[in-house]
Amino acid sequence: MEKRVVFNEDHCKSCELCVGICPKKIIKLRTELNRQGYHPAFVSDEDQDKCISCALCARMCPDAVIEVRRPQ
Amino acid sequence: MIPVYTRPKSLTNVVTHYCPGCPHGIAHRLVAETIDELGIQGKTVGVASVGCSVFAYNYFDVDFQQAAHGRAPAVATGIKRVTPDSIVFTYQGDGDLASIGMAEIVHAAVRGENITVVFINNAIYGMTGGQMAPTTLVGQKTTTSPFGRDPKTQGYPVKVSELLATVKGAHYVARFSLHNPANIQRAKQGIKKAFQNQIEGKGFSLVELLSTCSTNWGMTPQNALKWLEENMLPEYPLGEFKTGEGE
Repeated sequence: MEKRVVFNEDHCKSCELCVGICPKKIIKLRTELNRQGYHPAFVSDEDQDKCISCALCARMCPDAVIEVRRPQ
Repeated sequence: MIPVYTRPKSLTNVVTHYCPGCPHGIAHRLVAETIDELGIQGKTVGVASVGCSVFAYNYFDVDFQQAAHGRAPAVATGIKRVTPDSIVFTYQGDGDLASIGMAEIVHAAVRGENITVVFINNAIYGMTGGQMAPTTLVGQKTTTSPFGRDPKTQGYPVKVSELLATVKGAHYVARFSLHNPANIQRAKQGIKKAFQNQIEGKGFSLVELLSTCSTNWGMTPQNALKWLEENMLPEYPLGEFKTGEGE
């Protein structure tokens, strides 16, 4: 299945603004660190179909990390 | 899959130096989206200020010039007058625009220069370590007002938008906030209007964006946005103070 929401995890600074704004509460932080030393935000493969493609996370993200798509 | 949101083309693909959760990134994104939508990437010239946004030239994929502290509107005036076909914007913080650069911004507005100004107001000096800015709220604690800003000795916060709205040369003056998606969307429309005014030759446009500084305010990014909503909005009301209509 194609993903609805994709994170450019190397650019993420784990500010958690997307975590707070997501209406479905499916955005989590990884326990691993990214190249900058932050815990990047992500949506697990199982939670991808819970996403409603509202793109609030992408509009809130200060680092333009998030790309959102919706099915045709 | 149809794309709903993708990274604007006018942003370079680098990690910014801004702190986690800094709304500078949101403001950058809005300006870049506007440049993309208006199709002016090839002829836009930005003028970076001094402050956290000093490195803005690394993040926008357009021509850029770095100005001395507070002098971005003067530099933008020069660029716009020499190359009138280019779209010139300045990107300034409150320490830059409302303090050392107050003379330049007022006189650029008085002359009615056909430029766009993006003004980020987070009520504190960010880069230098959280000192009191002219825009700091009464009672707000900073490293140079450790007991809170006291009007008896430190005066009252300056309201740049209200001030510039009294200037006849200014065409469009508006204040927006970046604390939630709805307000971010409104801010985007304001920024777009400010750029469109310049394209149509209408004159000086300034957009003030209320922002946070979670590092120097000593809060998490989410709490900082809440603090902005509760404390800054009553002091700095949102809205369009001057739209230039009917003049």
